[in-house]
Amino acid sequence: MNQDALIYLKNISKSYGSQMVLDDFNLYIRENEFLTLLGPSGCGKTTTLRILGGFETPDKGTVLFNNEDITNLSPNKRQLNTVFQKYALFTHMNIAENIAFGLKIKGKSKSYIDDKIKYALKLVNLDGYEKRMPDSLSGGQQQRIAIARAIVNEPKVLLLDEPLGALDLKLRQDMQYELIRLKNELGITFIYVTHDQEEALTMSDTIVVMNQGYIQQIGTPEKIYNEPENAFVADFIGDSNILDGIMVKDELVQILGANFSCVDSGFGLNKPVDVVIRPEDVELVDEKDGTITGTVTHLIFKGVHYEMEVTANGFEWLVHSTNCFPVGTKVGIHVKPFNIQIMNKPESEDEEASHVEE
Amino acid sequence: MLKNKQKLMLGLPYYFWAIAFIIIPLCLVIYYGLTDKTGAFTFNNIASIADPQHTKALWIAVKLSIISTIICLFLAYPLAMILVNFKKGKSSILVMLFILPMWMNFLLRTMAWQTLLENTGVINTLLQTIGLPKINIINTPGAIIFGMVYNFLPFMVLPIYNSLAKIDINVVNAARDLGANGIITFGRITLPLSLPGVISGITMVFVPALTTFVISAILGGNKILLIGNVIEQEFSQTSNWHLGSGLSMVLMVFIIISMIFTAIFDKDGEGLI
Ligand SMILES: Nc1ncnc2c1ncn2[C@@H]1O[C@H](COP(=O)(O)OP(=O)(O)OP(=O)(O)O)[C@@H](O)[C@H]1O
Ligand SMILES: [Mg+2]
Repeated sequence: MNQDALIYLKNISKSYGSQMVLDDFNLYIRENEFLTLLGPSGCGKTTTLRILGGFETPDKGTVLFNNEDITNLSPNKRQLNTVFQKYALFTHMNIAENIAFGLKIKGKSKSYIDDKIKYALKLVNLDGYEKRMPDSLSGGQQQRIAIARAIVNEPKVLLLDEPLGALDLKLRQDMQYELIRLKNELGITFIYVTHDQEEALTMSDTIVVMNQGYIQQIGTPEKIYNEPENAFVADFIGDSNILDGIMVKDELVQILGANFSCVDSGFGLNKPVDVVIRPEDVELVDEKDGTITGTVTHLIFKGVHYEMEVTANGFEWLVHSTNCFPVGTKVGIHVKPFNIQIMNKPESEDEEASHVEE
Repeated sequence: MLKNKQKLMLGLPYYFWAIAFIIIPLCLVIYYGLTDKTGAFTFNNIASIADPQHTKALWIAVKLSIISTIICLFLAYPLAMILVNFKKGKSSILVMLFILPMWMNFLLRTMAWQTLLENTGVINTLLQTIGLPKINIINTPGAIIFGMVYNFLPFMVLPIYNSLAKIDINVVNAARDLGANGIITFGRITLPLSLPGVISGITMVFVPALTTFVISAILGGNKILLIGNVIEQEFSQTSNWHLGSGLSMVLMVFIIISMIFTAIFDKDGEGLI
């Protein structure tokens, strides 16, 4: 499976002082893939990109690019470009000079460079900004210039560190669309960093969920969302109900004292597990038809659906439904077997953030 | 209203200070510079810069201070870069090491060098004991340049250090990322971004070097007269305050020019400490 890997991060470890930032980190990136590193602040996303870009050398491990070891190659010799988290524009140059920087070094002709500047500014919706200085632009505009400056070089791989963080919702959605179009047009491999799970789900081919320097799960957006491998992933991606359960036997799990049928097996008898149920998978039915019963305690209209909280057997269930049940209504709760996601409990604090083999 | 009054009250000591120690002396210099002994208005004091001896002193002063400034610049820039590249904690100790000698009296330090450099001084004695030739540097332009560089180097290092320390490491990384090697990155990114510090460093070394009379008196043995020495002698020995003031005004023109130069290039006062 690593035959078609363009980049391979192999056993990477990095610490600052006594703080371990990445611990035995392993990751493949395929050509033309849109891979997103997703995780909470401080989990090591930027550090991973810095190692890829060549601004940081790992304490241990190797970085392979097309099966060549580039761990110690200097940044200017790498076939990738970075959109930095804090833009890092050249404040003493105007916008056109900023965008032209990489092209001039490569010795491109003036007319080629001028065309590229025009094209890039159009792409990021900032036509006519050539003569402006970076300081005179808003944060969102600077961010878009940073994107333009990187993409004009048509790198093989583009590293983007939260490139849309400073944009408003509408512009962010437009830019998400533009970036994907660009990626398909130019055939660039994207390594994208975000802590916005919705952005990750909409844009990526592959999502890498990270926490405290460990990879929690690697998979397609669907897989990550529908089959989270542990409670951290389930909690981080979307809303969810995370409950303690006991796997009574194969395909039967006890939650809050009631038995639910499920589709998982192989956990053994009476094994404590974590159970994840997405709010949209909790079905509210007539009191007598439910597996357990409870009372609606909160009701909010959210546009597409109603969001309700139902207290049942001492747990607050988060429920999304198109049917409305007023506060105080007694309801039954039912969950279809394949919507119940069973996960092994982490055995220690340490393992909570432990490495998950691919 | 009250606010303005309060502001005025708070500013009072400074206004007083400025009037007593800047405005009044300046007016006196201008008054003396433009009058002769009888109190009559004249341009002769200023025109006396054309006197061959004075022109020579001015020329030597300009020449030596330009050379010192250039030497300071080439010593200070790499030094500032080394300081910036040190880890945060260590660099502050190193910067302190640089500032520390500045707290010691300037005269004392210069006189110490006089003793060290003398023909029968510590350095030459040492050189002779290990069988090396003596260096006869004392009372030469070389000794004056040495004294200027030694005394004014910190004034070059600090503004350059400040402006280098302000450069975001990611901006340098971005240049490398876009394909620039170390040399291009330095030329197109680091150097231009540190220019405000360089310019204020140049001013902060050039102006005191141009006007000094102490360094040339001690290390030049009063054999090489700089314009500063000429002016000093007019005040203290010849007691011709009028001539001294007239020459000071000429010197002031040079200082004002380099100040304007700084103001243009260092708009935010970035390089200043
Ligand atoms: N140069 C450094 N020196 C010391 N510690 C560092 C350094 N760079 C990063 N760290 C630490 O490493 C950890 C990971 O940092 P990193 O920048 O990779 O986080 P991140 O996932 O990008 O977070 P964010 O989403 O906030 O940008 C943090 O705890 C940070 O404090
Ligand atoms: Mg980051």
